[in-house]
Amino acid sequence: MKLTLSWLKEHLDTHASLEQITDRLTKIGLEVEGIEDPALKLQGFGIAYVVSAEKHPNADKLRVCMVDDGSGKPVQVVCGAPNARAGMKSVFSPAGTFIPGKNITLAKGVIRGVESNGMLCSAAELELSNDHDGIIDLPADAPVGMAYGQYLGLNDPVIDINLTPNRPDAAGIYGIARDLEAAGIGTLKSSPIADIPGTYPCPTQVELLGEASDCPKFVLRQVRGVKNGPSPEWLQKQLKSIGLRPINALVDITNFMTFDRARPLHVFDADKVQGALRVRSAQADETLVALDGKTYTLEAGMIVICDENGPESIAGVMGGEASGCDENTVNVLIESALWDPAKIARTGRRLGINSDARYRFERGVDPAFCEAGAQMATAMVLEFCGGEASQLEIAVPAAAKPAMPLTLDFPFSEVKRLTGLNLAVDEMCGTLTALGFGVAARDAEHALVTVPSWRPDIEGKADIVEEILRIAGLDRVQPQPLPRLQDGVPTPVLTLLQKRKRTAQRALASLGLIEAVTWSFVSQPQAALFGGGDASLALANPIAADLSDMRPSLLPGLLMAVQRNSDRGLGDVALFEVGQIFRSDDEKGQKLNAAALRKGEAKSRGTGRHWSEKAQNVDFYDAKADALSLLAALNIPAASVQIVAGGPAWFHPGRSATLQFGPKNIVGAVGELHPLVLEAFGANGPVVAFELTLDDLPAPKLKATRAKPKLVMADLMPLERDFAFVVDRATAAGDIIKAAQNAERQIITKVTLFDVYEGTGIAADKKSIAIAVTMQPRDKTMTDGEIEALSGLIVAEVTKKTGAVLRG
Amino acid sequence: MSDLIALETESLKAIAAAADEAALENVRVNALGKKGTISALLSTLGKMSPDERKAEGAKINLLKEHVTEALVQRKAVLKNMALEHRLKSETIDISLPPRDSSLTTGRVHPISQVMDELTTIFADMGFSIAEGPDVETDDFNFTRLNFPPGHPAREMHDTFFFNPAADGTRKLLRTHTSPVQVRTMLSQKPPIRVICPGRTYRCDSDQTHTPMFHQVEGLVIEKGAHLGHLKWILQEFCKAFFEVPSVNMQFRPSFFPFTEPSVEVDIQCSRKGGEIRFGEGTDWLEILGCGMVHPNVLRNCGLDPEEYTGFAWGMGIDRLAMLKYGISDLRQMFEGDVRWLSHYGFKPLETPTLAGGLSG
Repeated sequence: MKLTLSWLKEHLDTHASLEQITDRLTKIGLEVEGIEDPALKLQGFGIAYVVSAEKHPNADKLRVCMVDDGSGKPVQVVCGAPNARAGMKSVFSPAGTFIPGKNITLAKGVIRGVESNGMLCSAAELELSNDHDGIIDLPADAPVGMAYGQYLGLNDPVIDINLTPNRPDAAGIYGIARDLEAAGIGTLKSSPIADIPGTYPCPTQVELLGEASDCPKFVLRQVRGVKNGPSPEWLQKQLKSIGLRPINALVDITNFMTFDRARPLHVFDADKVQGALRVRSAQADETLVALDGKTYTLEAGMIVICDENGPESIAGVMGGEASGCDENTVNVLIESALWDPAKIARTGRRLGINSDARYRFERGVDPAFCEAGAQMATAMVLEFCGGEASQLEIAVPAAAKPAMPLTLDFPFSEVKRLTGLNLAVDEMCGTLTALGFGVAARDAEHALVTVPSWRPDIEGKADIVEEILRIAGLDRVQPQPLPRLQDGVPTPVLTLLQKRKRTAQRALASLGLIEAVTWSFVSQPQAALFGGGDASLALANPIAADLSDMRPSLLPGLLMAVQRNSDRGLGDVALFEVGQIFRSDDEKGQKLNAAALRKGEAKSRGTGRHWSEKAQNVDFYDAKADALSLLAALNIPAASVQIVAGGPAWFHPGRSATLQFGPKNIVGAVGELHPLVLEAFGANGPVVAFELTLDDLPAPKLKATRAKPKLVMADLMPLERDFAFVVDRATAAGDIIKAAQNAERQIITKVTLFDVYEGTGIAADKKSIAIAVTMQPRDKTMTDGEIEALSGLIVAEVTKKTGAVLRG
Repeated sequence: MSDLIALETESLKAIAAAADEAALENVRVNALGKKGTISALLSTLGKMSPDERKAEGAKINLLKEHVTEALVQRKAVLKNMALEHRLKSETIDISLPPRDSSLTTGRVHPISQVMDELTTIFADMGFSIAEGPDVETDDFNFTRLNFPPGHPAREMHDTFFFNPAADGTRKLLRTHTSPVQVRTMLSQKPPIRVICPGRTYRCDSDQTHTPMFHQVEGLVIEKGAHLGHLKWILQEFCKAFFEVPSVNMQFRPSFFPFTEPSVEVDIQCSRKGGEIRFGEGTDWLEILGCGMVHPNVLRNCGLDPEEYTGFAWGMGIDRLAMLKYGISDLRQMFEGDVRWLSHYGFKPLETPTLAGGLSG
């Protein structure tokens, strides 16, 4: 909402400065977003008289001028303009002035040995035009000493208010003035609206055919014999000052009413309207060429004003071109109506029309100002265009009940209850009265407060508290400590999942992974590649085709991020994310996942080549280490996790695994990404990753105390025995470890796999696996015989479970 | 007699001359070995008279003692020399770089860090963390929050929608974390103190808007809660979060459908040389919106507005991170550029605490 200071002062008698006014506007909830003061840019520039202009002693193209800036004491200025001459009037800026066109602040100087105390300016230097051929040449009657901005009439600052949608009353400058008066900035000027009696009945009838709520009131009046042409200079200037284009007097009057009174009107050329005006719901596929020249296809539910030719106006949104007013209009119909705000909003949205009328109607136009608006406009039409006014034709729906103003029983204590602020009852009532509220039946505790017709947003006590508060000033509310609900040290508040999320982030970062936050949406094909892509999770209005579906996995986003880095020359990157994924549009379908992705040589023990070891590409085991480290950090016992060969389709089938706690609780997967997935993403490998669903991880058992299990430390030395087995290539090494571990659970404390060998000496379909078994004697040292017996047990168990043969 | 002195002199000389442990061993064998010179002398004692034996024996034993002592000392010296020599040959190039520790290369995203900071501050003030789904219903995202159907305020939200279901309803991506407030009020009895951090979505993308962003909202519902308490909480929060001893805040009336009265809050700052500092300066920066929970919202969530009052506030986590840590481009937050993440991210052990300071 834009207004100028002078327009505001048409309604408000005030001595307050621009700054005081704008500060107050912001403080009372009409936030000033910007002030454009055209005069500010021209500060320092004044009209001056060139007393003399002599040739510069040391330069052919320069002149030494004596310039009178109005002070009566001419100053010396060196000027290079060809048109500088004695006796002219021009624009002078003394030293210290900021020159917008040059982006410098002028300093005193000496030019070729002659002192210069300022500058005579060109229009280009003031950024007023591109004319830099010479200094500004003003008419002889230009008053010396006057600020140039004032001379140009550029002294009317434009205030831009960021109007909140609850304040349709402030969509008119009069309403803003009313608020300022209540806030103690000036006095509202009274502007009685003359009742113009008509001399003949309005020849055009109005019929309300839609729902009663569509159009609560329709006021129409004809003015015949008008002469439409340009509106008066002052009105054109006012409209231009807030960025509107003057069109003709009749149209300008409607625009004036829109901005001055927040009362949009429409004018029809009466001679282009056939028969009665009918207000009805549009029929599907009816079309209308609107005032903006565009053809709109209407839909059922939109309100239109029709004549015998069909729709002539989209009610409350935009009029039609066919019945619009131009210079040839002789008889005009002035419409001042009320419309259903929700329908206006929907119509405007469906048609994509953001008109000033729609803006006001969808927020709520003052229902009590319907006739007054028509009267005010009539007076202007008669003044600017002449003519003779008909009587008012007023239509209301047959079923309409008279609108009763809302009256609320307001306990004054409500202000303190909601704000903590103690205000005197007099102050509260004074504010309400100034804002146009009725205050009746007042006693010490409460009053009956009647809401003014222009405030559709006020519906309860809290709204009245806000009115009192915003005028009183929020800075009067004192901060007050909120007492703790419980004394003492605060108790923990995080849920298990929240704690696991935090731990996961720190743990994965500790592994050298870098946390990324990627979009929650990916493209449909990407979602489909990672097990998603269902229509129920596709956005109806995605912002871009590649951000169309809710992600089923964190991996596509991470893969894209990794590839973007690769494209920038950073190919060895390890990223992770802990975030939501979506399995269905149900709230239970949203899960919290943790995933990490390594590419190129970004191995877990370090990235890229290093003098200490040979460079290696990431492989399955890097991702497996990441996943197991995370589970360990989350206090999930490694032994309880089952790692089953083979993962989901987006992984390499032979180099992936599923992580699960029993076959019914699959919690994630780990592996090398499938080459076809990499191809679809335009990514080059190798890329390994894991992804875990944190929600699905088992919760720790609740314990009564924080005490850890009792520690038993054996006094006896542990001993270690190595075993090498030959086994089928396809046998999982993990099974050998497990078998050895299970051979005896008391004494065997650790099984380490330290060698895997295939090649010379081993049959082609076999491999050699070497393990070291740690034996911890408990009560007494083990005899050779006992060690021998246990070793035999281990070999027997491994052979039994895996078919492995002890290597001779 | 002179033989003994000569032998001692000769033996000590040989010991001193031994260049390594092997040479020293030769000397020892020559002197004290079975066929050594001193052993030979000792074997002569048997043929002597007891008096003679006594006198000579003492002298020979003294000689043996001196030589043995010299051998021990020389052995220690030689061992040290040998060690020194070995250590000299074992010198390495200490300038060779080790691999970077994962503790220095890993990073936590600034948004996660700020979420941890928010949690740390508000947990101390007795707030829990409430969460809810990103895919929401129109009812929870709008209607219960007092956005009547068709209201222009809905339009300001640029909502992402899903396709309508068979029954005509359609889900949406939450445009704010306020539906979590609704869920909290519906499931918990007052007093309620929660913050609701999370991802939010609006169909908007330019220099300062991304279609996905992060918000944190706060909600307090209890008898007697009022705007003065809200002001205090926000001031304390800003001081703690921006880690400055004092802040200047400006509260302006505003409008949100779900609060009444509604307030926008600016924080005073300076912007010298492109760097924003709080607690000083003359500029105002809008940082959050807040207000008293609208009576309609309380009613829609099963609470009696005559009995309970409450307040709520909301702010952008991404924006908080940008302001605090001098991040200029919002869009980079979601790019995954490791140069940016390594620079603006946090090392894994920089966990915010109240005791140690939020940002270390």
